[in-house]
Amino acid sequence: MAKKDKQKEKLSELGEKIVKDIDKNKNPSITIPIRALTNIEFNEKTKTLELGKKTASRYFFNVAHAKKFLQTVEIASIIKKELIDTGKHEHLRGVFYITKRTIPETNINIVDDQTESDKIIEDLEVITGLSREQLHVSANKMGSLVGNIIIEDSGDTINCAKLGKGGYSIPSITDELSFKKVNAKYVLYMEKAAIFERLSEDKFWQKNNAILVTSQGQTTRGIRRLLQRLAEEENLPIYVLCDGDIYGAYIYSVVKYGSIALAHASERLTIPSVKYVGITMEDVVKYDLKKHLIKLDEKDLARIKQVSQYDWFKDNKAWQKQFKMMKEFNGKVEIQALATKGVSFISEKYLPEKIKNKEFID
Amino acid sequence: MVKKEEVADILAKKQKEISISEFFLKNRHLLGFDNPTRALMMVVKEAVDNALDACGEMKVLPEIKIELKQINENRFIVAVEDNGPGIVKAQIPNIFGKLLYGSKFHSYRQNRGQQGIGISAAVLYSQLTTGKSTKVYSRISSKKPAHYFELQIDTKKNEPLILKDEEVKWEKEHGTRIEIEIEGRYLKGKQSVDEYVKQTAIVNPHANIVYITPEKEKTQYHRVTEELPREPKEIKPHPYGIELGQLIKMLQDTRANTLSGFLQNDFSRIGPQTASEICKNAKLKPNEKPKSLEHKEIEVLFKSLQEAKIMAPPSDCLSPITAELLEKGLRKEIQADFYVTTSRSPSVYRGMPFIVECGIAYGGEVDKESQVRLMRLANRVPLLYQQGACAITEAITETNWKPYGLQQSGSNMPAGPAVILVHIASVWVPFTNEAKEAIAHYDEIIKEIKLTLQECGRKLSIYINKHVKAAEQREKIDLFEKYIPELASSLSILTGDKREQLQQKLQKLLQKELPTLEAEQNGKEG
Repeated sequence: MAKKDKQKEKLSELGEKIVKDIDKNKNPSITIPIRALTNIEFNEKTKTLELGKKTASRYFFNVAHAKKFLQTVEIASIIKKELIDTGKHEHLRGVFYITKRTIPETNINIVDDQTESDKIIEDLEVITGLSREQLHVSANKMGSLVGNIIIEDSGDTINCAKLGKGGYSIPSITDELSFKKVNAKYVLYMEKAAIFERLSEDKFWQKNNAILVTSQGQTTRGIRRLLQRLAEEENLPIYVLCDGDIYGAYIYSVVKYGSIALAHASERLTIPSVKYVGITMEDVVKYDLKKHLIKLDEKDLARIKQVSQYDWFKDNKAWQKQFKMMKEFNGKVEIQALATKGVSFISEKYLPEKIKNKEFID
Repeated sequence: MVKKEEVADILAKKQKEISISEFFLKNRHLLGFDNPTRALMMVVKEAVDNALDACGEMKVLPEIKIELKQINENRFIVAVEDNGPGIVKAQIPNIFGKLLYGSKFHSYRQNRGQQGIGISAAVLYSQLTTGKSTKVYSRISSKKPAHYFELQIDTKKNEPLILKDEEVKWEKEHGTRIEIEIEGRYLKGKQSVDEYVKQTAIVNPHANIVYITPEKEKTQYHRVTEELPREPKEIKPHPYGIELGQLIKMLQDTRANTLSGFLQNDFSRIGPQTASEICKNAKLKPNEKPKSLEHKEIEVLFKSLQEAKIMAPPSDCLSPITAELLEKGLRKEIQADFYVTTSRSPSVYRGMPFIVECGIAYGGEVDKESQVRLMRLANRVPLLYQQGACAITEAITETNWKPYGLQQSGSNMPAGPAVILVHIASVWVPFTNEAKEAIAHYDEIIKEIKLTLQECGRKLSIYINKHVKAAEQREKIDLFEKYIPELASSLSILTGDKREQLQQKLQKLLQKELPTLEAEQNGKEG
């Protein structure tokens, strides 16, 4: 019960501060740390992205702020009353629907689309210092896991070695899972579900004694938290497999150092020990993939320029070399390009060799 | 191999004069008859233009009746009736049954139609699409009988074919009625006959118009003034507006015996002194016979004419709607909160005098959500097609409307609850082509339109600042009254405080914050 009380307390604090302003006959305000690149600091010691000290104030009696102010307090009260008090969890989409209603005698909705309520929930995280999971709000589950691991999930015991090709469907909140038995040497995380299926069908995890994890595109918080727990609690090395392009590099950096949008939650999500296994620009040369390069467009080039200047990449020689080569090749390469060497080339040769020889980028 | 002469002989057999009517048959899009919807509008337009011009000639207040009868899905009869002077019997076949026949083409005078190709083109289109004859009733006075004709056009000869010619009884004392059966399509919307008639009623506030749609809906547009528009006067060409070929022809046709006399009689704004100066500069004798000038001499004369200092053409030849009547016209057809109209003083392009008039109707029942509605008119005739190609559109999009209180992104049409009407009156409106739907892009014209729009815009912005912004501001501040109960109940869930008490305190706080909120709002807008 202690945990629930802490959450309630934090939400009440937000309300009490506003009431205090009202009692002092002051324009009520909420102070919110700024979540943008201008307020992100890369902590060299912990190797994580952290939120700086810059804050913004949101006032109720301000024509430009009023609606957001109302949204913030309304969503905080919904989370307290509908979720935490009842012990239930709700999806981001659900919170949007609970919030979406018309203010009486107006044609104004408290929120008009989900991006608004999603943003407010992120605001509430930084205001209260509670994670979205602690606020009982979940997101899409978009990941799978397969390997020699037995997990306990809401009272059910799941043997992830016996779930076929599809594997275990990772829930959106992974804090409450417990690892009953783990028998693996490392975890391989990949951005592409298609590669996960390939490796899963080839029984890569059995032959190499690995745990395979995937998501669709962006790494969700649930997966990041799960990977972090596997690294910290089970002492497993985590390897990342992405497309050989700037977006792959960024996905890796999010897993390792954290992201700008969720810098406030870095502590619970980042994994400084994670290593990048591929695809690297050297692989392009070594495995003769040059003819499968996809030409860079203006957007790609702009993104390379932007990412290479981030504090957490700026002084990293290995990565700067990757970026330089991307520009020299004027191309990017997908993991699937390896299939041109044979359907199971990736599971039989490429990955086992790279991991055995420790050909990683840090 | 075929010899060259032989080829020429063969070609010579094929080469023959193309009659203007045959040309139209093949190029009807040039005159605006390119699709059934537009064709229906064009036929109405030509008939109504003629009817209003006829009433103008006679100086009577127009009583116009327009009726569309639907025969089947894509066939209509257009009937237009006026109380004008009527047409003498001998001229009826020529006016309706011969292309390029009329009194307007040779004159410099502000008229609705300019080239006399209009109504006979409609007759030809009817013949082309339905094979039917056009029916004309006309009567010139109560003392004379009415004449009834059924006409077609001999396209090879460009001559009228008279299929019926008889005297009939007709209740009208004087006037003309025309019935044209055509293939067409009737649609509602921005480019419809409905819109054409409505805009015509706005810019002809002295006319009574009865309009009956194919669905038999009858609309009466009542006149709001008994005052007839000033009669447009015919003027002679101004030297700055002519071309060399035209000068050659004028020299041939003139009745003057001397060059000096020719210059003074056949042009506007040339007196004896200017005439002798022009002759001197061209190194020509003032008493030279105009018909005897050689081509080289004419070229020098032309140059000298262009270089001479000559007063701008007289502008009393123009008949503007006037700001007052334009406002009356807008008021009767558009339900808005605010009207502003401007009629500029005359200006000149290429020796042609012209006047720009503008009206804006704002707020009320005018559509709020989209771009402003633009009404373009030339010599009191609505232009419904080719908006993008028109100088008026260019002048509007190049004007910055934000300072005047309308929204605008980049150089697009402004947006907001407004109707903008621009009217150009000239002895010769330069159109981009013969469909006469878009005004050509002369710098002088675009500049004048912009000045007119700016004049209206300034008055509009005063109104918007005073009334609309104040209302918007009030509305935004009123919102706080609605937000307060919501905030109070959410806060009470978070803290356990009593909702009613929080609400009362917030209400009190709102009173205190109001001046700041209002100032904030004004600061943002300014």
